[in-house]
Amino acid sequence: MLRTIVRRLIAVPLLLLGVVTIAFLLSNMTKGDPLVAIVGERQMTNPEVVAAAKARWGLDRPLPERYLVYVGNLLSGDLGTSFRTKRPVAQDLMVRLPATLELVIAAMIVGIVGGISLGVAAAHFRDKGMDHAARVLALLGSSVPVFWSGLLMLYVFSVLLGWLPGPGRLDPRMAAPPAVTGFYTVDALLAGDWPAFVDAARRLVLPAIVLGWAVLGIITRLVRASMLDVLGQDYILAARSKGATERRVLFNHALRNAMIPTLTIIGFSFAYLITGAVLTEAVFSWPGIGTYAVDAARALDYPAIIGVTIVGGAAFLLTNLVTDVAYALADPRVKLG
Amino acid sequence: MTDAAIPTTTPVVRSRRMRPQWLTLPVIIGFAIIAFWVVVAVTVPLWTPYDPLMIAGRRLQAPSMAHWLGTDALGRDVLVRTLYGARYSLPIAVIVVAVAVAIGSALGAIAGYLGGLVDSVIMRFVDVTLAFPPILLAMAVTAALGPGLDNAAIAMVAVSWPVYARLMRAQVLSLRGREHVEAAIAAGASRPRVLIRHILPLAWSPTLVNATMDLGQIVLLAASLSFIGLGALPPTPEWGQMISEGAVHFYSWWIAFGPGMAILSMVLGFSFVGDGLRDLFDPRSGT
Repeated sequence: MLRTIVRRLIAVPLLLLGVVTIAFLLSNMTKGDPLVAIVGERQMTNPEVVAAAKARWGLDRPLPERYLVYVGNLLSGDLGTSFRTKRPVAQDLMVRLPATLELVIAAMIVGIVGGISLGVAAAHFRDKGMDHAARVLALLGSSVPVFWSGLLMLYVFSVLLGWLPGPGRLDPRMAAPPAVTGFYTVDALLAGDWPAFVDAARRLVLPAIVLGWAVLGIITRLVRASMLDVLGQDYILAARSKGATERRVLFNHALRNAMIPTLTIIGFSFAYLITGAVLTEAVFSWPGIGTYAVDAARALDYPAIIGVTIVGGAAFLLTNLVTDVAYALADPRVKLG
Repeated sequence: MTDAAIPTTTPVVRSRRMRPQWLTLPVIIGFAIIAFWVVVAVTVPLWTPYDPLMIAGRRLQAPSMAHWLGTDALGRDVLVRTLYGARYSLPIAVIVVAVAVAIGSALGAIAGYLGGLVDSVIMRFVDVTLAFPPILLAMAVTAALGPGLDNAAIAMVAVSWPVYARLMRAQVLSLRGREHVEAAIAAGASRPRVLIRHILPLAWSPTLVNATMDLGQIVLLAASLSFIGLGALPPTPEWGQMISEGAVHFYSWWIAFGPGMAILSMVLGFSFVGDGLRDLFDPRSGT
């Protein structure tokens, strides 16, 4: 097993190089002229400004050379400089990473806790009302456009009912808590700033539900199926006949085995979270990497788009790797192929 | 094929009029939804009272008898625009999936049949493409080519073909060693002929199931790209574009409501039908 894990570890950098290459080629296929984005429409007639900009961004060098320079820079952690913000892309991303991570972790919690509870309940109350409700909820989760459900939820819970605050990470009138982890909820607690914590937590609720819903759907369906599978086996019958309580049978005996396939899905659902985070952040004006990607794409800010794409691809590859390894460790029967 | 849906181990007495087992209620609903949208897409200009691009009344009106889903910021009828949206989403989804299936299946079949270096090169390319989160790759491609529905369609092909390469390769690999293939080779059939006449006809069912489900996912992705501002541009009555207008006029909830429901129904419709097709082709995988 160790050998296969090592083999995966070697494959990941190669795949990453492929990701970088494709991203780089894409940035050089551009139809829209990035020069316009840098110097502005009016300055395009000024040859001096254009030449200076070309030299500064390396746009005048041949493609293979630019590629080598780009890969070399990447290895030293340099993702280039954003046309739009004029700051290094890596720095922009680092500033925005905590916001996205906080949202994604909250969404994961919604998806995992909600999905497992619903899945267990649906399996326990098979073909009853609870089961059907869970299935509808799961189905909607993977079909509803997040940029639409986000808008609707904001309208219902923030405007109509007034239960939750509007978009954004924090009330604009509040000062952000001193950055320790970058997570507003955690930092506010660490600083003992209770009002900021409450506001940050309340603002996290809707985007986390909107984003976590898709994951919740996937996990519910899987936990339900594997619970039903496990509940039909002999050792469950044995546990019941020994007089174990229903709760003990469900959670100690059945769920633990039903969790093995679920583990993989939790890892792979990260893909949904990245996709969803881009759109969810756009709807909730969440100042994370998703909003950054959308703004960059709209402004044809190629270094930024490519930076996000590479980082996203890397995150994707690493999660899949971790999932594979965790799966192998959790279930001794699994042999990585 | 329908015979395969009947479990052979349990001799069930079935009346002749009973519908086949795979044709469950959700599948029927799915077919109905898709049929509805196809009819709408084809006939909508014939019976709608308003033009999707023209002002139909006062701006930002809430739903009423005259405007069932209200009017948008320019006073255009939201329901009419939503119905016209099918004329963009459906053809795009069909074209994108058809092209992705054609490219992916061709490459997958070649990779699986020839093996060796060709296989390695094609499949590493598949691996790398699948290493991107789809939306980010689609965004990068669309941004590189320039915003617009046609470029968004190219981007969506770029992110969706690899799955079909994997599906087709797996099928070809498992069919390659079958006896009838060996017989064909022994009878002197050329390699392309063996692949096209003796392997591919048996290899389609997983692709077909996946393609059906993908149709809904492409509708969703196209709307997402338009929502971000990379797909359809105003004043096109495209669903994602309409929802982004609804986000601007946030308090007029009805602007985004119709197009959102339309996307949702489309995704559900195709995934219901896809589920049905899967049960039809592979009764053992039933839920």
